[in-house]
Amino acid sequence: MKKWAVHLMSSRRAGTLVGLFLLGALLSYLSPFFLTTSNLLNVMEQTAINAVIAVGMTFVILSAGIDLSVGSIAALSGVVMANRLQAGWPLVPAILAGLLTGALCGLFSGVLITRGKLPPFIATLGMMSVARGAALLFTDGRPISGFDESLRWLSTGRLLGIPVPVLLTIVLYAVAIVLLNRTRFGRYVYAIGGNEEATRLSGVSVTLHKTAVYVLSGVTAAMGAVLLTARLNSAQPIAGMMYELDAIAAVVIGGTSLIGGLGTFGGTLIGALTMGVLRNGLNLLGISSFLQQIVIGLVIIAAVLMDSLVKKRQ
Amino acid sequence: MSAKPPLLEMTGVQKRFPGVIALDGVDLDLLAGEVHVLLGENGAGKSTLMKILSGAQSKDAGEIRVLGAAANIDSPRAARDLGISIIYQELTLVPQLSAPANVFLGKEPTTSFGLLDVETMKAKTAELLGGLGISLELDAPVGSLGIAEQQMIEVAKALSENARILVMDEPTSALTASEIEQLFAAIARLLERGVGVIYISHRMNEVDRIGHRVSVLRDGKKIGTYETKEVATSELIRLMVCRPVGDHFPRRRTEPGAEVLSVRGLSRGNALHDVSFNLRRGEILGISGLLGAGRTELARALFGADRSDSGTIGVKGRIAFVHSPADGIAAGIGLLPEDRKTQGLVLGLSVRENIALTSARRLSRFGLIDGAAEAALSEKYVADLRIKTPAIEQRAGALSGGNQQKIVLGKWLATGVDVLIMDEPTRGIDVAAKVEIYELMNRLTADGAGIVMISSELPEVLGMSDRILVMRAGRLVADVAASGASQETLLSAALGQTA
Repeated sequence: MKKWAVHLMSSRRAGTLVGLFLLGALLSYLSPFFLTTSNLLNVMEQTAINAVIAVGMTFVILSAGIDLSVGSIAALSGVVMANRLQAGWPLVPAILAGLLTGALCGLFSGVLITRGKLPPFIATLGMMSVARGAALLFTDGRPISGFDESLRWLSTGRLLGIPVPVLLTIVLYAVAIVLLNRTRFGRYVYAIGGNEEATRLSGVSVTLHKTAVYVLSGVTAAMGAVLLTARLNSAQPIAGMMYELDAIAAVVIGGTSLIGGLGTFGGTLIGALTMGVLRNGLNLLGISSFLQQIVIGLVIIAAVLMDSLVKKRQ
Repeated sequence: MSAKPPLLEMTGVQKRFPGVIALDGVDLDLLAGEVHVLLGENGAGKSTLMKILSGAQSKDAGEIRVLGAAANIDSPRAARDLGISIIYQELTLVPQLSAPANVFLGKEPTTSFGLLDVETMKAKTAELLGGLGISLELDAPVGSLGIAEQQMIEVAKALSENARILVMDEPTSALTASEIEQLFAAIARLLERGVGVIYISHRMNEVDRIGHRVSVLRDGKKIGTYETKEVATSELIRLMVCRPVGDHFPRRRTEPGAEVLSVRGLSRGNALHDVSFNLRRGEILGISGLLGAGRTELARALFGADRSDSGTIGVKGRIAFVHSPADGIAAGIGLLPEDRKTQGLVLGLSVRENIALTSARRLSRFGLIDGAAEAALSEKYVADLRIKTPAIEQRAGALSGGNQQKIVLGKWLATGVDVLIMDEPTRGIDVAAKVEIYELMNRLTADGAGIVMISSELPEVLGMSDRILVMRAGRLVADVAASGASQETLLSAALGQTA
């Protein structure tokens, strides 16, 4: 009976995983380049940024919230970090400055949501505009570029033959999985998303944990900004446009319920990879970027539709 | 009476829910131009009967005839087409819309251009309200009007659908004395037009005031129908509560120990006024009263779920500052809330995770939950409380009501509470599970905890409590030993009647 229950829980994820493999099989049939090591590593590198930002988004959505500000926060954190690097700060403190920026933005949204009782949609919509404006104001609308090689290593370096961004993503997911499944924080996030009132009546500080979720989302957005800045070797105030939607798409393709309380990091990672594979494959096949948008949109709809159909049958 | 058939005849109506017979062959009829009062305790079957009449629920057996013709009421729509309309206690208007927009919601008249015919809507609404003797601001959003006016708009809405059978569920519960007069005047006008009204109320003085006939329901059965002039109020109360013996309350009383909870002058807005009482270890304190008397508000204030405006709560001889559930738990108080599905459990989480939710802090080091200790704790309470579940990993939402309630109980036992507040602990669970919950209450008190039990079931209050408090309108109005109380005295106190 135990195994049966576990199976049921994971069947939703299995569906998306099968979808990802089918997609991969189709693409490798259509393009000889798809199934090469270099291309697959390329896909993972391209996926890394979205996958990292989707970590925070997963926590937010599990708590029955939404964060529309992650793309803007990524831009703001990126230019803050770049500014500090150019001011001569070493890499690690500069990165921490970027992460702190993300954390503070998340804290602001979190307090608005928990203390100000604003709907998450509104609070983070406001933050989306505020952070974007702050990034433009801070840089006067110009990109910041020209860094020392150590930052580039975060994009081009390899450890044990694995690209550093891929490695970082794997480490981050490992930490996130432990955080969600083995810690009090993770338990409370599930519980708040499942039934906020019952959780509060169990003595859990919903205010604290919900705020922390948005702080975390700000931090992973800033982590995404570090990878993006390293990749482009430039921090741009207009970077990260629509990243929030990619992150939300990865989370929902991964089977996490937008109502909260139900979902996994394995699902989100598969969701992010599905989007990455799709983009890569469509590029390899020479499909226009206009058409790509349509295909990606349809895939998101199909994935969630399948999910709700399966749920209905149960 | 004339030879015309009655407006409504319900015969032999039956309704079963899993483990409960909600209605057991109930007959009820309604004549044109009469007010038929329906009396009964909470859970006697009044609302189920009315839900069946309005098509919100289906009946298992029985017959309904409207004006002598058999009626098949299988949807709210069908009920409306037959001229049956219900005014619920919680009004169902859209507060942001005006009175005409509400009255014509879903059946708006349009002009020849397909636009809303606002003038016709306004004129007809004014006419309908005028027929009730009411005039009000037709452009204002109804949310800005008083409760009584909103009620009249509901009545107007029902009339616009040609309602002949009007059900009113405790319409006066939120009204002032002068508004009640206005309502009764409007009802009188309705009766003149040949409308029949089924009137549900807990206010005994209203029975005589506007009722022609009165029917008493008890435990899903109709006890009888009487001419209001021919039956005394005290007799009606007796009929409402008197029930067959055989209900099982296995209370084992223990000698009460030291005082564990001491409440002084607790007040909160309009809900609680100057509530003071004590609870001793080993004691079960029953709290009785009607819905809306402030019992749940008291429970929530004691636990810290709602903040109180003034008053003190002392636990184990020390003043406890209970401003949040976390404070309540720290002071040794637990709350089994009235609705386990929305307040007691996270239905999507497993049995294990729900039981451990209050103990997660104790079960973790540096934020990491000790999975083995957590599983052991859950297994212990699953075995101890005999929670019937295939595994501790089972989703709480998949279990029966009784087992769900035991999970909530386990959650509190796991924290080692000194005071457990139980709000309707056996609502919606079957008889066998009830007895198990009672046995667990016995064990808790034998182990030295004190229990505050809120219940709308008088036999439960009498059977399980050592001492009983009765609340009315946010105040304690009686404090009696269970041995010296009867259903009649409790209900009389709750109703504000001096029997």
